[in-house]
Amino acid sequence: MADSTVISVKGLNVYYEDFQAVKDVDMEIKRESVTALIGPSGCGKSTYLRCLNRMNDLIMGASIQGEVLFENRNIYDSNVDATEIRSRIGMVFQKPNPFPKSIYQNIAFGLKVNGFSGDMEEAVEKSLKQAALWDEVKDRLNDSAFTLSGGQQQRLCIARALAVEPEVILMDEPASALDPIATLAIEDLVRELKTDYTIVIVTHNMQQAARVSDETAFFMVGEDRSGYLVEQDDTQKIFTNPTHQRTEEYITGRFS
Amino acid sequence: MDGAIDDAPHEIPPKETITEVSGLMDPKKKLWVKLEGSIVRWLFMSCALVSILTTVGILIILLYQGYGFFKEINLWEFLTGTRWTPILKPRSYGVLPLVSGTLIVTVIAASVALPVGLMTAIFLSEYAADRVRRVIKPILEILAGIPTVVYGYFALTFVTPLLQNVLDDLLIFNALSAGLVMGIMIIPMVSSLSEDAMISVPRNLREAAYALGATRYEVSLRVVVPAALSGIIASFIIALSRAIGETMLVTIAAGATPKMTLNPLESVQTMTAFIAQTSMGEQAVGSFEYNTIFAVGLLLFCMTLLMNLLGFWIVRRFREAY
Repeated sequence: MADSTVISVKGLNVYYEDFQAVKDVDMEIKRESVTALIGPSGCGKSTYLRCLNRMNDLIMGASIQGEVLFENRNIYDSNVDATEIRSRIGMVFQKPNPFPKSIYQNIAFGLKVNGFSGDMEEAVEKSLKQAALWDEVKDRLNDSAFTLSGGQQQRLCIARALAVEPEVILMDEPASALDPIATLAIEDLVRELKTDYTIVIVTHNMQQAARVSDETAFFMVGEDRSGYLVEQDDTQKIFTNPTHQRTEEYITGRFS
Repeated sequence: MDGAIDDAPHEIPPKETITEVSGLMDPKKKLWVKLEGSIVRWLFMSCALVSILTTVGILIILLYQGYGFFKEINLWEFLTGTRWTPILKPRSYGVLPLVSGTLIVTVIAASVALPVGLMTAIFLSEYAADRVRRVIKPILEILAGIPTVVYGYFALTFVTPLLQNVLDDLLIFNALSAGLVMGIMIIPMVSSLSEDAMISVPRNLREAAYALGATRYEVSLRVVVPAALSGIIASFIIALSRAIGETMLVTIAAGATPKMTLNPLESVQTMTAFIAQTSMGEQAVGSFEYNTIFAVGLLLFCMTLLMNLLGFWIVRRFREAY
């Protein structure tokens, strides 16, 4: 495995009960870059994303086969602690989901559950600054997170994920519930964060994938309704000269 | 301001248009729809009124009969007196022994039911697999359907002898076993209502916490319980109101000795047990002894009301709305 690879997926199959949701995916995710997962609805890209930090463990009836190597260790090995994996591979969800607590407590939560012992206020400030939210909320840290706008809430969720200092951040259509301006703010943030973090982002929006990502992986849904990976390459190449015809058809909007 | 009023008519569609649109409907049918709406509305409202009027009626009777009592007995003496002998001479009308009896049984019941009920709810909502929950929850709810008289004899003939093996000083009739069994009796109320509140906490809040590396325990205690707090507190209050108001169990198992004590090993009488005992006795309707029932009933009513108000306040103060 090349040194630049942080997550390496080998022969991953995901099942819900008897239904196979994702079929035989191999993927290498490069360190400190943005990898976009695109594809039509129901192609299993969100399901796949949730396998990368064992969030699917929480879904009754979900099971996986194959390997997800994170820094050369299979995260599905029986001796691996899922909570440790999740604190090193964070996640941002489709709909902003701040806790019904204050802005401050939202950030502090992750630090507390991970046994943080340093200066809490400093750490909260740092992550809010990283998420470009500090200036907007510094005077009202004790207000409920629900007083923020949707876009601010999503940046709060990103700040919350950053606070526990993960190496990788998984984003599941983080801007799909937001207006265009808030979306651009999130995209700017994603581009900025990749200098320190590895980001995997699922998106429905192809312009977004083109704007923010370095690599793009295109998923399709097969006749048996299982999702599979068609190809993964430099974003530049996927959008200008993809190897597979299906990719080109999707990118040019011939089907969706 | 004037300008706004002048402009107003232009924004409201002219009356003719409205008639025209609804004129599409057959006038007979239109009348029926209108009539039906108001009949249904009145039907539902009168149903709601039944419970309101009953409450008001009970309160009026309590106040009226209680007045007969407080005409002769000073309220202060009633509330602070430590001897309750309304039927035996020398008569004394200090209600504190009944209050202490009620409190001691309720506190014991609460110390069993609140933690066990809450932990059961956490187990069912956060830990148990779907299959397990579908089996356990109905079983728990059966507990709530057992008649209280059965619980009373269960306490008297099973729990008390069992406890007497360990506690030498335990009397046959005692607050401890009545309280413990009452606690068991109200567990399902706490667990079932709390679980309902916890299960309706949105899944995405749990996912947010798990994605930060929180354990199941941390998710339960730091995310789900705070978010469901208003429902949980409500379940506590309903269960405790039930404990304070419960009559049969304590009449059978706790005794009939109004004694000012905080010792759970002794025999006590609760407010409800006194009411039950006295109303079954030979006190003539309208007599002064008869009125004592209503004085105690009024106090009971005020205590439960206060608790409910306190509960509302706690819920408003501490809830995490999602």
